[in-house]
Amino acid sequence: MKINELIEKTNLKQFGTADINRDFEGGYASDLLSDVMGNAKEKNVWITMQTHKNVVAVASLKDIAAIVFSNGNTPESDTIEAANEEDVILLGTTKGTYEICGEIYQIAK
Amino acid sequence: MKFEYKVQGGNFSKAGYASSDLKKILKQLNVNPAIIKRVVVALYEAEVNIVAHAYNGTITIDIDDKQVRIVLEDQGPGIPSIEQAMQKGFSTASPHVREMGFGAGMGLPNIKKNADVMNITSKVNVGTTVEIINYI
Repeated sequence: MKINELIEKTNLKQFGTADINRDFEGGYASDLLSDVMGNAKEKNVWITMQTHKNVVAVASLKDIAAIVFSNGNTPESDTIEAANEEDVILLGTTKGTYEICGEIYQIAK
Repeated sequence: MKFEYKVQGGNFSKAGYASSDLKKILKQLNVNPAIIKRVVVALYEAEVNIVAHAYNGTITIDIDDKQVRIVLEDQGPGIPSIEQAMQKGFSTASPHVREMGFGAGMGLPNIKKNADVMNITSKVNVGTTVEIINYI
């Protein structure tokens, strides 16, 4: 499935300018960066509440399809800048982590 | 091929720079993507360890047709017990570092898991050297 379809179906908001016409497969939810480094898979959507710039490096190194900030969290401005440079998709939702994970799971399975 | 990077302790905004650069280099060299993934995870964790714990450090990367050898040498507090530091969940990271989602005590275990060879030597109040080798 494509990220732009996911945005439409779960009503996500995009931050930054990365191209959203990109495939994803499944997801991973964690606020611990080493957990994501160790356990997330390529093309996953990553659901997190961490909004600082380092999430972009992690997503880029792991070939994460998109980062979703849950619970109304929004990325810091240098996070958006770095994501634009690295072509990392940043998305946000006011839904809590449990709820958005459930929705994405239903849509992507 | 040999590359060198300087790492500044405490500067999280640059954390991951060497890992990102090495990923690009290994891609250009057509290294197996599964191996690139392992090397990049190991280096990122080691790079973040310098930023989170040391004052400064140097990363030296040596690539030939058989292996990627990475040596990270830092000036810092050192590790009193490497055995303890290697335990999953053990961390001496500051509350600030933990709030950012680092310092969960998963870094060194992640390096060990993703490196073909990992060696650590450390001297308290002097610094730590980590060697990571992956065969390509």
